[in-house]
Amino acid sequence: MMMALLRRLGQTAFVLFGISVLVFLVFFATPGADPTARIAGRNASPQTLEKVRAEYGLDRPLPVQYATMMKKLFITQDLASYADRGELVVPEIARAAPVTVSLVCGAAVIWVALSIAMGTIAAAMKGTWVDRGLMILGLIGISMPVFWLGQVANLITQSRYHDTWLFSWVPGLGYVPLTENPWGWFKALVIPWCVLAVMFIGIYSRVLRADLVALSGEDFMRTARAKGLSPSRILLRHGLRTSLITFVSLFGLDFAQLVGGGALLTEVVFGLPGVGRLTYQALTNLDLPLIMATVMYSAVFVVLANAVVDILYLFLDPRVRDAR
Amino acid sequence: MPAEAPPAPAAPLLVVRDLCVRVPSRGRMIPLVDRVSFTLGEQDILGLVGESGSGKSVTAMALMGLIDSPGVQITGSALFRGQELVGLPQKQLRRLRGREIAMIFQDPMTAFTPVYTIGWQIDEQIRAHERLSRKQARNRTVDLLAAMGVPDPAQTANRYPHQLSGGLRQRAMIAMALSCNPALLIADEPTTALDVTVQAQILELIRSLRSTYGSSVLLITHDMGVVAETCDTTLVLYSGRVAETGPTDALFAHPGHPYTAALLASIPPLEGPRPERLPAIAGAPPAPLERPEGCAFAPRCSYVHAPCLHAPPPPLVPTGRYASAPRRAEADTQAVPLPAPDNTPRPGNLSHGSPAVQARSEPASLRAAQFAACVLPAEGTPLPPRLKDTAPGPGTPDAIGHAPPPRPPSPSSTIGEPHL
Amino acid sequence: MTRPSAPVPKTATEPQSSASASASASASASASASATPLLEVRDIRKTYHLPRGQTLKAVDGVSLSVMPGEVLGLVGESGSGKSTLGRCLLRLTDVSSGQIVFEGQDITHLGERAMRPLRQRMQMVFQDSYASLNPRRRIGDLLAEPLRVHPGPDGRKRSHAAITARLHELMELVSLPLSALERYAHEFSGGQRQRINIARALALSPRLIVADEPVSALDVSVQAQIVNLFTDLQTRLGLTYVFVAHDLAVVRQISTRVAVMYLGVVVELGETDAVLHHPAHPYTAALTAAVPRPEVGAPRAAPLGGDIPSPIARPAGCRFHTRCPAAQERCKVEDPALRPVSQGHFVACHFPLTDD
Repeated sequence: MMMALLRRLGQTAFVLFGISVLVFLVFFATPGADPTARIAGRNASPQTLEKVRAEYGLDRPLPVQYATMMKKLFITQDLASYADRGELVVPEIARAAPVTVSLVCGAAVIWVALSIAMGTIAAAMKGTWVDRGLMILGLIGISMPVFWLGQVANLITQSRYHDTWLFSWVPGLGYVPLTENPWGWFKALVIPWCVLAVMFIGIYSRVLRADLVALSGEDFMRTARAKGLSPSRILLRHGLRTSLITFVSLFGLDFAQLVGGGALLTEVVFGLPGVGRLTYQALTNLDLPLIMATVMYSAVFVVLANAVVDILYLFLDPRVRDAR
Repeated sequence: MPAEAPPAPAAPLLVVRDLCVRVPSRGRMIPLVDRVSFTLGEQDILGLVGESGSGKSVTAMALMGLIDSPGVQITGSALFRGQELVGLPQKQLRRLRGREIAMIFQDPMTAFTPVYTIGWQIDEQIRAHERLSRKQARNRTVDLLAAMGVPDPAQTANRYPHQLSGGLRQRAMIAMALSCNPALLIADEPTTALDVTVQAQILELIRSLRSTYGSSVLLITHDMGVVAETCDTTLVLYSGRVAETGPTDALFAHPGHPYTAALLASIPPLEGPRPERLPAIAGAPPAPLERPEGCAFAPRCSYVHAPCLHAPPPPLVPTGRYASAPRRAEADTQAVPLPAPDNTPRPGNLSHGSPAVQARSEPASLRAAQFAACVLPAEGTPLPPRLKDTAPGPGTPDAIGHAPPPRPPSPSSTIGEPHL
Repeated sequence: MTRPSAPVPKTATEPQSSASASASASASASASASATPLLEVRDIRKTYHLPRGQTLKAVDGVSLSVMPGEVLGLVGESGSGKSTLGRCLLRLTDVSSGQIVFEGQDITHLGERAMRPLRQRMQMVFQDSYASLNPRRRIGDLLAEPLRVHPGPDGRKRSHAAITARLHELMELVSLPLSALERYAHEFSGGQRQRINIARALALSPRLIVADEPVSALDVSVQAQIVNLFTDLQTRLGLTYVFVAHDLAVVRQISTRVAVMYLGVVVELGETDAVLHHPAHPYTAALTAAVPRPEVGAPRAAPLGGDIPSPIARPAGCRFHTRCPAAQERCKVEDPALRPVSQGHFVACHFPLTDD
């Protein structure tokens, strides 16, 4: 078991290295494009170009360039954005990450809880109007674009009905750090959470229901019924417990890509200064150091989440435990 | 709990009458199981044999109340210790399942939930039916595993299903089934997924349950060899209907239904002369939707003639060694096929395994008898005995002389399969 | 590699008395007299490497020869390596070591290109009749494909008419109506699908067919038809079979010789009736005794205890000693080699059973 964990962590490190090389190559070794000009930003002076070239060692071989870049990213953390007047990139991400993490974690709690409830109830009442109703609800959730839903929520809570008793508590757009004011943090985020969660509730509840329904035809579910167990116990302890294996793998990937910047639209709509919005800004400014840093950050999260999912598998599925 | 007290001390444990399971298909109700009747006595082992699609598993699932596909219609009666199982609310069925009636499944790999240890799963069943602490339940689990011949039972209880061999898994499955000391054990192809040497161990275990746990077993299988080695009474199903039933020894010695006879003949022998070709049955069993009007076996039968082809399908009539001189039984399966008056008494505990017991008016000491759903015995031309050394029963005419000329079995040249 | 390589048991196939009429009628009868094996394997091994440095020796040193026109039955329980061996014989799986000789040619290391013309003469029939047929294509298309790909006997591409004629011939061989060519796999019953699979294997007129559990998924009543079909085809076409199955009765019905496998090795080999009726290996004896007979009151031997050990952790010495009722000290240390007990009958046991 311990060995399996270590081996998985080793693999993770290797994959991260691979990704960093890939990202580096995409930005610095693409033929026909001079990275110097791109780092320096639009309309940079020859002096700036010269400075950039020296700083990044762009006149030296690729492995040295790679090492310089990685040193700047992870060790000295002094990668600076020229497009943004020398703003240090790494602290910028470090400031944005908590916002994104707050947003995604809260939404994840909501979507996991609600989708498990909806999926399980729908599977238990398969074929009834409750089942159909829940699944249609899920479908509606999936089909509503998050930016539209966010704008509607803003419209209602920020302007149209802001003065009614129902929404008067809603603070203005923006983020309040948890450490400063927990209640303010909660109030600022609760609507973004719900908006972000809606689509995932739809997807996850439908996936879970389908999985549970498929499982109900399995031999072991029949055995559980033949044992004389109650339907709820069969569904929860045997069905849901087994479905969790699928559920967790799905969740790991979605969660990671959201933390890695995938919550961009929600962040933009609600004015949250998160990683997604940072990436968006970097792209609009063609701010190469920042893009490089955010892509790396995102990759790290996806890979780490994958590792976590795999480790969770070890706990959830004894068969996987033995296969390693 | 029984609504009515059993009439006699040796009352049968399970009396199934005209059990039908119908599923809706293309606007019709298709019977998967069609008027199946049988009786299982205390400590009896009854074999339900048939090929795939014969309805043997569906019968078992219907008894357990485990069929819940939409639109399914289950009719008839299944009295378990006097309690009617057909139509019993799920809540009450649940109390019976696992405690009074337990089930063993074919593939012990998929029949255990993969994410729990087998000990956990056996404990769960015990604790679902009895107020026991976790520890007490585990103690019983370990004892049961030991009794089933599982080496190192305490350790094995902590292992996951995939970590055990097929034989051990099946032993654990049987331990789980026996954990609440059920009166009836339904074993659905318990050895089909196992290797022969392991199968022999499990069959021996199942046979021993009768004496050690007083269990009655309903054994579902496709393997005539397993039936011959294990069951007191045999019920042969074909396409959802009972083709033949009777004491296993009588049925094997003197099959009364051409299907039983052909099925037995088509098994390649392991001893004796090797036939150049096997006497195979042409075609394949009909799908429930395409079941013929009359006898379901008629299209594949070498004795088929006009009366076989018309509805209703032939009723069960006495046959075999103990059949009387030919007489026509009531042309209605619902009618009780009365055993012939000149039946010779049969020894002991085979006495409940025949439809004859369904006659409530008959004394409980009814002799075992063999019945076949075929027109031949009634026409006075029953099949010849299968085994040479078996003396023909009283009144059995020389069948070969009287039977319609059998079609030479030439399976590879016959494509009478209804699918085409 | 520690085991001394077993002698290659060779026996000229004497047609069984019961099958002699058919065998002599077939073209194979004359060939079998020439005593050159159609297929010969020498000490082949197939080792799978598993995580954690474990190895699974699925086939662990098997030497066999298959004479033209004979049916060699490979029996054994799960984990015996019989299916892996079957695949190795046709080079569907590459062996780890050893030698495979087909029609006198060493094919062990032939590349896929060099194998292609040989593939026409060696075919395989699998257990799962459904999985081996593409559900989206008509049976006629499926069967015609190998005929289009491979050149005809004259070395030229087959004409459309020749292919159609061959398809009709194949349908006749496996007793299916011509209309079957226009249908799809799901429209057939299990027995019919197996007929189609056999027809496909026959399409290029092979000499050797390896059949891996071809009847075990079928109902008893249908199983007999397919067994008969195999017998008939052998008689008509002079085919040679390697018939892999776990069902002893089926193997007895069809085989001239039988090889009994246990944990990757052949423990007994010989004429079918000699092996099954006068087994020299305690495992063969236990195996035959364990088969339930469709007779009430048939004598029943005490079943063999224990399970087949995992091929990953197979016992030292004789592989069977953990379950053998007659095991002695020697069996725990020394792995017995396959050696003759009588003419054409070989056994890998230190203390072979004798008729008493």
